[in-house]
Amino acid sequence: MNREDFPFLKKDIIYFDNGATSLKPKVVLDAMNDYYENYAANIHRGDYDSSYLASQIYDGVRERVRNFIGAKEKEEIVFTKGTTESLNTVIFGFLKKKLKKGDEVLTTKAEHASLLLPLMILEKEIGIKLTFIPLEDDYSLSYENFVKSVSAKTKVVAIAGVSNVIGDDRPLNQIGSYCKDAQILFLVDGAQSVPHTKTDVIKDHIDFLAFSSHKMLGPTGLGVLYGRRELLEQVEPFEYGGDMNNTFTSNGEITLKQIPSRLEAGTPPIAEVFGLDKAICYLENIGMERIEQYEQELKAYFLEKIKEIPQVEVYNKDIKGGSVIFNIKNVFSQDTAIYLNHFHICVRAGSHCAKALKEEMPIANTVRASFYFYNTKEEIDCLIEALKQSDRLYDVIL
Amino acid sequence: MDQELKRELILENYQHPFHKGLKKDGYIVENANNESCIDNLDISIKVEDGKIVDATFDGEACAISTSATSILLKKIVGKSVSEVQKLLENYQNMIEEAPYDEALLEELLAYQDIYLQPNRKTCALLPSRAVQNILKQL
Repeated sequence: MNREDFPFLKKDIIYFDNGATSLKPKVVLDAMNDYYENYAANIHRGDYDSSYLASQIYDGVRERVRNFIGAKEKEEIVFTKGTTESLNTVIFGFLKKKLKKGDEVLTTKAEHASLLLPLMILEKEIGIKLTFIPLEDDYSLSYENFVKSVSAKTKVVAIAGVSNVIGDDRPLNQIGSYCKDAQILFLVDGAQSVPHTKTDVIKDHIDFLAFSSHKMLGPTGLGVLYGRRELLEQVEPFEYGGDMNNTFTSNGEITLKQIPSRLEAGTPPIAEVFGLDKAICYLENIGMERIEQYEQELKAYFLEKIKEIPQVEVYNKDIKGGSVIFNIKNVFSQDTAIYLNHFHICVRAGSHCAKALKEEMPIANTVRASFYFYNTKEEIDCLIEALKQSDRLYDVIL
Repeated sequence: MDQELKRELILENYQHPFHKGLKKDGYIVENANNESCIDNLDISIKVEDGKIVDATFDGEACAISTSATSILLKKIVGKSVSEVQKLLENYQNMIEEAPYDEALLEELLAYQDIYLQPNRKTCALLPSRAVQNILKQL
């Protein structure tokens, strides 16, 4: 649906790498140009109209984001440069201060590097203990296994809303409720969930949520950190500089601004925030429930068609999200991706930045086709057709 | 080298690679990890009296990386370190479209046209960079 709004889709290319980044509709690109052409000014700094107006729009987008994820106050929305920065800010600016040696952080081996690596560094730095919740046979995370993994020392649960490789939709509501009752902090990596499903931080009792603009139709270089006010106020800035301070003197007296500005040092990605505004409007106009449902339809269609090709093995058949991971038997995933590129089909090969997952899954490298609402069944037919002819794969790629 | 022969060589060395199975004792081991993609090979080389006496590898990588490793290791066994350095230099020049000596490269000429697919250059260069790193450790 809505294909005509995406300039990239005018090319003869089938884009199935939405897990890596999404395409952008023209309204998002226009909004960014609109900033440069008609506002141009820095925000929170100028005493002239265009700076004031740009500031108004920039801060207004917080309200749009607040509403989109169901947060209570717009001051709980911090603009960062992406999910990675949002997660690092929480882990090094908050957890590092609050946790002590022996405290446990529950997570899984299916998590993305942007969550696991900073946690592993924190483990080295202050001696917290990372505990990995066992995955189910289909590599998904169940509420039951989560509960079994909680101990008296569990202080934080840090997981993705939807996992990056398997694509399983985690039981956030159940886990969040449990965490709330047990006074465990709940940190959610929303990079793969926020663009594809309805997010509600209050209903799911999420304390911190991180996500990226570029995976949800918005520009690159921009992300969001949501934190419950009382927690966000305790986050130490990752960076110090302009716009985040009230005053300072050369003898070391520094007064910082309140959240969210306190966590947004320097000139932020203003044009990108203008773009994200339109991206969220766009998603809201379609409706997140509809997007989720359509992606599931695409996946079901793929699974039905792929039955015709016995040499293709799909690893996440029973997972309902809009991505499929597979391999052609005895073919290295990268060679498959290169083969599909000859048909102008973009897919991702590898471990998809979740390199610890190979400890749980027998296959370290897979091909991932991740769908979004602008993909079509006809495009899936092309993928299936290419996979059907894969006995000539090496003739094509060598 | 004609296209069909190139393809045969690459496929043969990918599907039945030379000296696959890593030996470590008395060998210098180097991980060849392609920064831009997912190839991950360990290469090990045994040097005695300035000569490569054995070379092995293991790991998971694409057809180009695996076959290039197989062919390269096959070629360097029995050669002196300086001969290998010269070979690597010429091979890398070929991939990077600089002047090179065809006569030295023999089977490695299978990768002569890799420059036509620029995103595959790093695959073809993976083993030669790893071997070069090993030689630096001597």
